[in-house]
Parts: sequence; C-alpha cells; structure tokens
Amino acid sequence: MDSTGIVIGFWVLSGLSVVSALLVLLARNLLHSLVFLVVTFLSMAGLFITLSADFIAVAQILIYAGSISVLMVFAVMLTPLASRDNGNSIYLLPGLLGGLGIAALVGFVAVDTDWDERTGEGLAATDFPGTVNAIGDLLLGRYVLAFEIASVLLLFALLGAIVLVHDRPRSGTAASEGGDD
Amino acid sequence: MPEIPAIDELTVTLAHYLVVSGLVFGIGIVVALAKRNAIAVLMGVELMLNAVNLTLLAFSRFSSAFAEGDEPLSGHAFVVFVLTVAAAEAAIALALAVLVYRRQETVDLDRVNLLRW
Amino acid sequence: MSEQPMRRPATPMLQQIEDRPGVREMLLGVPVPFKVFGAVFGLVGALVMAFIGYLVVDGRLEGEWYDVRDLGLAVQSLREWLTDQGVDHRITWIITGSIGGIGIMSVLGGWLLIGSWVERRVLAKFQIRMGPNRTGPFGLLQPIADAVKLMSKEIVIPFGADRFLYYIPPVLIFVPAMLGWAPIPWAPNMNYLDIDVGVLYVIAISSIGVLAVFLAGWSSNNHYSLLGAMRTVAMMVSYEIPISLALLSVVLLTGSMNLGEIVAWQGHYHVWVIFLIPFAAFAFLFASTAEINRTPNDIGEAESEIVAGFYTEYSGMKAGLFMGVELGHAILVGAVMSTFFLGGYTFFGLEEWVPGYLILATKIGAVYFLFVWLRGTLPRFRLDQLMGFAWKFLIPLGIIQAFIVAIEASVFARSDAPALITLGAFGVVNLAITVVLVRFWADRLGYSPAQHRTVPTLVSDGTLGGLKAAQKIRAT
Repeated sequence: MDSTGIVIGFWVLSGLSVVSALLVLLARNLLHSLVFLVVTFLSMAGLFITLSADFIAVAQILIYAGSISVLMVFAVMLTPLASRDNGNSIYLLPGLLGGLGIAALVGFVAVDTDWDERTGEGLAATDFPGTVNAIGDLLLGRYVLAFEIASVLLLFALLGAIVLVHDRPRSGTAASEGGDD
Repeated sequence: MPEIPAIDELTVTLAHYLVVSGLVFGIGIVVALAKRNAIAVLMGVELMLNAVNLTLLAFSRFSSAFAEGDEPLSGHAFVVFVLTVAAAEAAIALALAVLVYRRQETVDLDRVNLLRW
Repeated sequence: MSEQPMRRPATPMLQQIEDRPGVREMLLGVPVPFKVFGAVFGLVGALVMAFIGYLVVDGRLEGEWYDVRDLGLAVQSLREWLTDQGVDHRITWIITGSIGGIGIMSVLGGWLLIGSWVERRVLAKFQIRMGPNRTGPFGLLQPIADAVKLMSKEIVIPFGADRFLYYIPPVLIFVPAMLGWAPIPWAPNMNYLDIDVGVLYVIAISSIGVLAVFLAGWSSNNHYSLLGAMRTVAMMVSYEIPISLALLSVVLLTGSMNLGEIVAWQGHYHVWVIFLIPFAAFAFLFASTAEINRTPNDIGEAESEIVAGFYTEYSGMKAGLFMGVELGHAILVGAVMSTFFLGGYTFFGLEEWVPGYLILATKIGAVYFLFVWLRGTLPRFRLDQLMGFAWKFLIPLGIIQAFIVAIEASVFARSDAPALITLGAFGVVNLAITVVLVRFWADRLGYSPAQHRTVPTLVSDGTLGGLKAAQKIRAT
C-alpha cells in the first residue's frame, strides 16, 4: 500500500470518522448526532474504498447512510418531543470505562501483535480491480446456506417490524396511516 | 510499548486500521451504554457494527492467512451478512422503540422499568 | 365612458421596456476589443472543427485521439503522452481526472441554465401563454437574470430554526445530483467512473438526498416544511424499491452492473431494454418522478397545499439551489433512464457516424421534454394514492417481472437460437405478460373504469382539450 492518495485518504477519513463518532456522543440534540452518525458512515465507506472493497463501500452507503438513517429519522419523528434529547444516563461512568477499556485493549493488541500481513508485492497481487464477481461466487457458492438464512432473517425482520407497530383497529388511529382503498 | 511500524515511510498497515476500528468501537460502546434515549442506543450499536466491518475488511485485505489460490474475499462475504443483520436489527429495534413510546409515553430507557428487581 | 381609447398611454415602465435596445443594438454596442476577440476565437474554433471534420471524413484516422466521436480516447492518449514524458503517474491521474470532472460539471451547468429556460418556455406553450421573452433573445438570458436576482436577495433565517442543520441541506442535496453523473457512459471510452458496481452506485447516491430533504424540512421550524419533508421522505423510501426492482431486471437481462457494459449490450444486439422489459421502464420512470419530486408526484412541495414543501423557509440562493437541484435531478434521471432503457449512446448503428455524447444528450433532452410534458398535463396525485400505487402495484408486479426476466436471462444464456428471435420473443412475451398482469392486478385491487371515469369533461364533446378547446372558446 504505497500509494500516496491512499495514505492521505486513510488519515483524513479515519480522523473524520473518529471525530464524528465522538460528536455523536457529545451532541446535545438527537438529530445533530444523527447527522454526525451519517458522516461517520460515509467516512467509513471511504475507508472501505481505501481497502479496495468497492462493493461493500457502495452497499454501506446504500444501507447505512441511505436506509438505516432514514429509519432512525422515522423513529425520531414517531416518538414526538420525548425523544429529541440526547442526554446521558446513570451508566455514563461505566460506559466510559468500558469504552475506553475496549478501545485501549484493541489498540494495544493491534499495535503489539506481529501480524503476519501481506506487504508490497504480495499486497499488490491481491489488489484486483473489482470484487463483485468474487463476492457473488462466494455468496452463491461456499456461503449459500448462510445467504439463504440471511434472506429468511430479513423477511422475518420485515414481518416482525410490521406486526410490532401495527395499530390494531380498536385504537382508532389507523385512519392516519392512509391508503384505505 | 512497541512503536507503530513505518509511519515515516508513509505506509498504512493493518495496525492503523485496527486502531481506528477499536476507537470507533469504544465510542460505540460508550454511546450504547451511556445514552438515555433508545434511538441513541441504537446509534451506538450501529457504530460498533461499523467498526467490526472495518476490522473484517482490513483483515481480508492484509492478512496472509489465506493461500494464494484461496478466496481472499471471505471477509467481504462476512461483511455482507453483517450488513444484512444490521438492517434487520435496526428495523426491529426501531419498531420496539416506537412500541415502547406508545405504551410508556417515553423512550427514556431509565424510565422504562417494567421489570423492577 | 363613451369612447374607450384603443390603447392606454404607456406607463413609464412599459415605455422603458419598449425603448430598450433590441438584439441588434445590443450586439452593435459591444466594445471593439471584445468583438475582435470573439471573431478570432470563433474563427479559430471553426477552423479547428473543420480540420477535425476533414480528418474524420477522410477516414484515415480511425480511433485516434483527435476523433471527436469519443473524447475518452483523447484523454487516454493524453495520459499516455504524459506518462511517456516521464510525468509522475499521480499528477497524470490528477490532470486527466480534473479534465473529466470539469467537463461533467460544465455540461451540467449548461444544462441547468438552458433547462430552466426550456421548461418555462415549453410549459408556457402548453398553457397557451408566452413564457419569459424579455431578457435577451427569446428570453434566453432569463435563467442568468434569475440567478443574479436570487443571489442578491437577503437570506432570512426563520426564528427558532436549528442554525446548524439549516445550513447543511442546500449543499447536501446538491451532492447526489453532481456525483450521480460519474458512472454515466457518454461514449465507449468516455466514462468518468468506470466501476463494476455502477448500478448500486446510482441507487446509493440517490438515497443520500432523502436525508437532505428531511433536514431541510425539520430545521426550518415550520409546519409546512415538516409536512413536506415527511411526505417526501415517505415517498422516496417507498419508491426506491420499485426503482431497485426495475434496475434489477435490467441487470439480470444484460448480465452486468457496469453501466458501460449495459449500454454496450444494447448496442451489440441493436435493441433497447425498454422494448424488452416495458414494465420495468414504466416503473422506473414513474418511480423516479416520485423520487425527484416532479409534477405528477410532487406532493412534497405541492404549491397549492403546503406552500413550497420542505424548502418553504429558504430564501435567496438557498432556495435557488433547491430549485436548481430539482432541475438537475430531472436531467440526471433522463441520463440514467437513457442509459438503462433507451440504449445510452447507441442509436441502431448511428453511433458509428455521430459522436455518442450527442446521441445521449439528445435522449436526455427527450426524456426531459417528457417530464415537462407530464408537468404540463397531469394533475397531482394524492399522498395515499401514491403510497398505495408503490406498495400495492409497482412492488408486487416488479417482483414478478424480475422473476420472469431471471428465467428469460437464463434461457437466453443457454439457447443457441439467433439473438434477434430470442430477444424478440422476450419482448413480445414480456409485453403480453405486463398487459395481463396489470389488467388482472387492477381488477384485483378493485379498480373499475366504469365507476371511475377517467375522461375529462372537456374532451367528451369531441374536441381535444388544450389548444383546440382554447381556440374554440376564442372563436365563440
């Protein structure tokens, strides 16, 4: 990985993702922290591109920045006024300790271990331009069972979400859902 | 404490990505534990999943555990599953948040104490 | 009150308008150095174009860099030349990349300027009025005048608005409209971002705009804005699924997610995908009008219901950016639509003779005209009608269509019959299935033309409505 662009991209994007993740923690307003969360997702997608994972990067933008954030917007809007506050709970101190501990542990292990990693020529040999075909082969080849289970999981999540928030007709607010045809 | 290898040669190694991933994961834990709001907790969980994705992709890119002919993209396939589960989990968790709001008129997790002790 | 004068005396403003210099006087008033420069510039340009034209017609320069049919070759040879000169490859990539980026942005800027003029003039023709015709010849300078007016206006921030979020959306909503142009192929080698995940890229980039719309609506602290934003977000989320299903059908048929390869497939078989999968093309067109807030589906900014929707509280150039993005999205959808369904830069062999980017630009213009036509013709749908149409009609039929196309694609990959016969059969079968399915599904959903008459009363007496009706009224 000797390209200058990738090195610059790594430092800029990693700084952006860590700082905006911190701002998710620190923002006073829930929607502000949602915006910073989207910035984190986008810079993570950029980091994926520096790892030559183009398919995953685009899927990350599509799923996280495009869909999950919109889901969160809907959740914020469906829980009016009670949910705009981004305050901390009584678990702030244990949370801080746990987070710092995990980050320090991962950082120490990452720096301390002698990873048997590819460099130079070996890294360039695996730097192929597109990953879509290989991922498709893997998903429908070696991991086909997991793929099918994941699709069933998605279906059940869809049904479960609908069943959970579906208004029974007795509650009388079904008219606001529209579409009675 | 061993030094991070070869910053002055302007290269990025596996350790760099792992450190970034660890930082984001730690922040995710703090957000998930320390926030009162159910939706903010969900944001923390998504941050943690994203950090895991970064780790998987970094290992898939750098690790030489795979032989030359073997598929080096198993990490990518795994990330696809993580994305799937994250989407499903977000949908269910947000539905739960809306449901809790309807029952309890709040999404403040400190006040949702149906099962006390 | 005895005798009305034929014509009122001109007010000072009308007098000014009548006394203003015409086109000829304006041209004559240009200073001499500008005239000389313009003449020299035009002459040199014409000479260069004539020379290149001569070389191309002469035929001995097949596929070289000065071939105007594919500007990508020129950039490629420039890159090779720079590499031969010993220039570092990063600088080479930066130079060629900025050439492409500036090219795309200037084309987009030109479209934005001309497009708003075209929209207003054509819409005026549909509504039997004149449209902008004062500024410059035929009112061609009206978009520039509008832009200057918008930029010189004061920017008002509403009381109680969320300052931080209020500033983001006008910029954020421009990003997808710009980035979406990257994977569009303008000619076989003229492709700014040649990636294998082009289709996913288009969908992913377009999904970022949802957040911008929501933030604009929420941060304005206005009920109309919030209503428009929630309508738009709900509709965009719903209509992303039919778009994805339609594009999935195209990807299954052509066997690639690279936009260049999809266009090359259509050029190779001399067929457009719209003839093979008409339902997917219709679903894409309808869903993208909902996605970009064009008029049959513009409930997010319905002027007659909620003032201007999510950008009610924006003023000055911020509102101008939203309006420009609306236009830019329409053109971008035109480009994506032409690339996926209308053959992109190919036109049944004509691309051998005419530059591919001109063909693509013509197709974009045609789709854009269709959008303007729809805007001038159709009334607005209701929110529940639109949501119901997406979830009950487009998505189930889109899934069935994708399933059928998957079967057809596997048949096409295995059969030895000539492609003409196979693809023709696919087109006929898909059209028949579409008609049957739409009919059956409409019956299933309880739509009956006998109860809901669709014929407007103006048409029922034999005239055509619109211009004919107006002439009839005028004659009586």
